[in-house]
Amino acid sequence: MTAVNGAYDVDAIRRDFPILGESVYGKTLVYLDNGASAQKPRAVIDSVAHVYEAEYANVHRGVHYMSQKATDAMEAAREKARALINAEHAHEAIFVRGATEGINLVASSWGRANLAPGDEIVLSVMEHHSNIVPWQIVAEQTGAAIRVAPISDEGVLDMDALEALIGPRTRMVAITHVSNALGTVVPVDEVVRLARRVGALVLLDGCQAVPHMAVDVRALDADFYVFSGHKLYGPSGIGVLYGKEALLKAMPPYQGGGEMIESVTFEKTTYAALPFRFEAGTPHIAGAIGLGAAIDYVTGIGFERIAAHEHDVLDYATERLGALNSVRLIGTAPDKAAIVSFNLEDVHPHDVGTILDREGVAVRTGHHCAQPVMDRFDVAATVRASFGLYNTRREVDALVDALGRVQEIFGR
Amino acid sequence: MIDLRSLYQDVILDHSRNPRNSGPLEPHSHSANGNNPLCGDRIRVYVRLANGTIDNIGFEAKGCAISVASASMMTELIKGGGVEEARAIFARFHDVVTRKGDISEAEIEALDKLATLIGVREFPMRIKCATLPWHTMAAALDGVADDVTTE
Ligand SMILES: Cc1ncc(COP(=O)(O)O)c(C=O)c1O
Repeated sequence: MTAVNGAYDVDAIRRDFPILGESVYGKTLVYLDNGASAQKPRAVIDSVAHVYEAEYANVHRGVHYMSQKATDAMEAAREKARALINAEHAHEAIFVRGATEGINLVASSWGRANLAPGDEIVLSVMEHHSNIVPWQIVAEQTGAAIRVAPISDEGVLDMDALEALIGPRTRMVAITHVSNALGTVVPVDEVVRLARRVGALVLLDGCQAVPHMAVDVRALDADFYVFSGHKLYGPSGIGVLYGKEALLKAMPPYQGGGEMIESVTFEKTTYAALPFRFEAGTPHIAGAIGLGAAIDYVTGIGFERIAAHEHDVLDYATERLGALNSVRLIGTAPDKAAIVSFNLEDVHPHDVGTILDREGVAVRTGHHCAQPVMDRFDVAATVRASFGLYNTRREVDALVDALGRVQEIFGR
Repeated sequence: MIDLRSLYQDVILDHSRNPRNSGPLEPHSHSANGNNPLCGDRIRVYVRLANGTIDNIGFEAKGCAISVASASMMTELIKGGGVEEARAIFARFHDVVTRKGDISEAEIEALDKLATLIGVREFPMRIKCATLPWHTMAAALDGVADDVTTE
């Protein structure tokens, strides 16, 4: 592995990711869609293969050797997830399918037990749909209301408006740590402080934060924090819901089944302790272990160095794209992470995406599952380049060159 | 490169920049909304039927070049014709762009100006862009109350 002190050796890091050597339509792959999902380093691929080759069985069930091995490996991964976000206890890290399931779990379990008519859930206008729809569902079921905090033209959360929205009826403030559509880093410590004044809980959607910066849920004093493994260079189908122990203990189960029970009779079932109470059914065992390998990989390089490198690439991209007359940047907050969203004058993002693709450049085009943000900027869609720890300035150049190709085809 | 040019032919770019029959049609007898949740394309198609004939047609679209060009060409092709004829053109077009196998010269010829859109066959993610206006037109004619989507 490439984690070395001193200079950030991006070429060596790139060699850890086999897919980056692939070509598409005869061109070298330029992968700038990390916000949607990140590629996997050899260490993660090997770790998943190793599970199935050497340490696989169902977990927490068998008395046999392989079951014990798999259980140990999975619990070691949980400990890595705990350390990654600096939770107090490993059992506060619930393995879920991803951020979406994590948010649904809280909305459903905590929400149905705690929300009453007239209670309020405060969101921001730049939430991913997965941090909107679960709240709408539980609001519908409980009679709670949803309030939405606005953002500025730069894509900065309006803290004054948020402060005014958070009132005596606010029970939950659910806000993204980093916007997936705009790249804005939200001052979540301040959000927590505002929520505390009225005794509301805070759920932070860390999907786009965890791959790019060190996160400390205790320093933030977050009540719930969710992230997805696949955006952190780990497997898809696995993610983490962090919740404070006392809150999780008081919450009713989300799904019922095996693994989450202590004893079952038809008269009465008692539930298992944390974290298993929220992990009904056979989990994504290899996924969890692979996520552990991904956590080892990123922490081996170090978030300080990753962030410094990614900021350099982001600044360079912002500068180069900003210099193009036809480009309108969407999301120009002073504090951003790894994402640049933009539109080309007179060319629909979908057409831009198709042409970039043929140049080997993979970007996301569309509404990024954040339609309210699109409406806020009065666009149907944007082109989004999102960076990871292996992207380079050279790849930004490839993006800009490919945009030249768009102009060639669409130029008048 | 040939493949991108086959997708973005001049005729298509022209229709997307200067769409024919664009704008709401008042009065109209039928209308429907279509949207492609994948890319956020939205279209509204208006039809004025008179004695089984498409007397007039209009559309408003927020979409990519392919979907706007397809909508524009659609209006040119079916305006003034019969409802069954419009459906038949859609059926032929849909079949050609979605069929996996080879297509014949005769089939291409039968498409008239829509033939410029068959480049989408090489871009599977874009086929729905080309067919969305047609699905929406068909939904308008069917009087479907709900919005149609490409999914
Ligand atoms: C900010 C944000 N929240 C939530 C999600 C949903 O994550 P997943 O689909 O992995 O559950 C995403 C992924 O796109 C995201 O970017």
